[in-house]
Amino acid sequence: MHELSICNSIVSQVTKVAQSHNATEVTHIYLNVGLLSGIEPQLLQQTFPFASAETLADNAELHISVESLEVRCLDCLQTSKVTMQNLSCAHCQSWKTQLLSGDDLTLARVELKINED
Amino acid sequence: MCGVCGCSPSVNSVPNKTVVDVYEKILSSNDILAARNRQLLDKHNILCLNLMSSPGSGKTSLLEATIEQLKDQYRIAVIEGDLETENDAKRIRDKGVQAIQIVTGSACHLEADMVFSALQKLDLEAIDILFIENVGNLVCPASFDLGHHRNITLLSTTEGDDKPAKYPVMFRAADICLITKSDLLDYLDDFDTQQAEKNLRQLANVAPCISLSSRQPASLKAWLHLLIQTKQQHELALTNQKTFLPKMQNQGAALHKETHYEPTSTVLA
Repeated sequence: MHELSICNSIVSQVTKVAQSHNATEVTHIYLNVGLLSGIEPQLLQQTFPFASAETLADNAELHISVESLEVRCLDCLQTSKVTMQNLSCAHCQSWKTQLLSGDDLTLARVELKINED
Repeated sequence: MCGVCGCSPSVNSVPNKTVVDVYEKILSSNDILAARNRQLLDKHNILCLNLMSSPGSGKTSLLEATIEQLKDQYRIAVIEGDLETENDAKRIRDKGVQAIQIVTGSACHLEADMVFSALQKLDLEAIDILFIENVGNLVCPASFDLGHHRNITLLSTTEGDDKPAKYPVMFRAADICLITKSDLLDYLDDFDTQQAEKNLRQLANVAPCISLSSRQPASLKAWLHLLIQTKQQHELALTNQKTFLPKMQNQGAALHKETHYEPTSTVLA
């Protein structure tokens, strides 16, 4: 269950952003999670409250956007949408492909509440 | 500027609310520690290899056999990761090499800070090749950079040749794939070495794929050759102020700027 370590990293990263903006609270967190990142979005949602308790992100809403898999073929140079079990080029079936998206695990955006004073 | 990809995080404020585009890789605290480990290893000319597989696929046996073959040529050390017991570290110490056991308790993978603590306990001046035997698990270890240079993923013949298709994240991270327990192939009707390699290739992985049995020293030849070659290439890289990064370094992040992501700013009503 490594989702907990991931959640701890998320909390520490958003806390840093919040502090640098003198925020009093983190209200929303937006993540991009690729199918090949090894992360289960549902588990991440369930685990997050344990990691965020008593931090600036205590009441933050976690938004997870799941990235689909796309590769670029190094032989025919075309791009194609692929599945987790087969990353071969959909056009020429070559397995010499490069992943364009699908293994990201990125903190994209945070929304903060700022004290007006 | 963002320290990960060079994009410009934009900030938009309305009273009481601020939206910040961060676009930072999660796990970056682990990555920073991993980079520090790698620097430490490079400073001591140590090639560090991360062994990953399911439990019981023969990681410790492979290490015992490898140490036996190379102990006169290279000074080897091992960091062992297990949920419980010192058994594996004892087996390695019986071969006369340094071994540190990390007992993870309930944690299913090693992280860079655990490896850093273990490095403090090793005599780094007396090591040429360091193996990290990760916790037996085909899921989580693939997501954590430990500061090592190459991932070695083991697939034993008793597990079935479709493992790469079932665990794509792990097998995509393999820099070298070893099919172990090849001596059992005669008794198994459900493992086809070529099919296993085909399943690996379908993950767009060009890693060398070698069959071997730790019980048959003659079958280790190709693996030992590749290991020595990797050690020499790493030394050469170091003389050019370069190093090796394992495959888990995520290609998507490096490409996202040109292909997918445009930093945007949102103003909340």
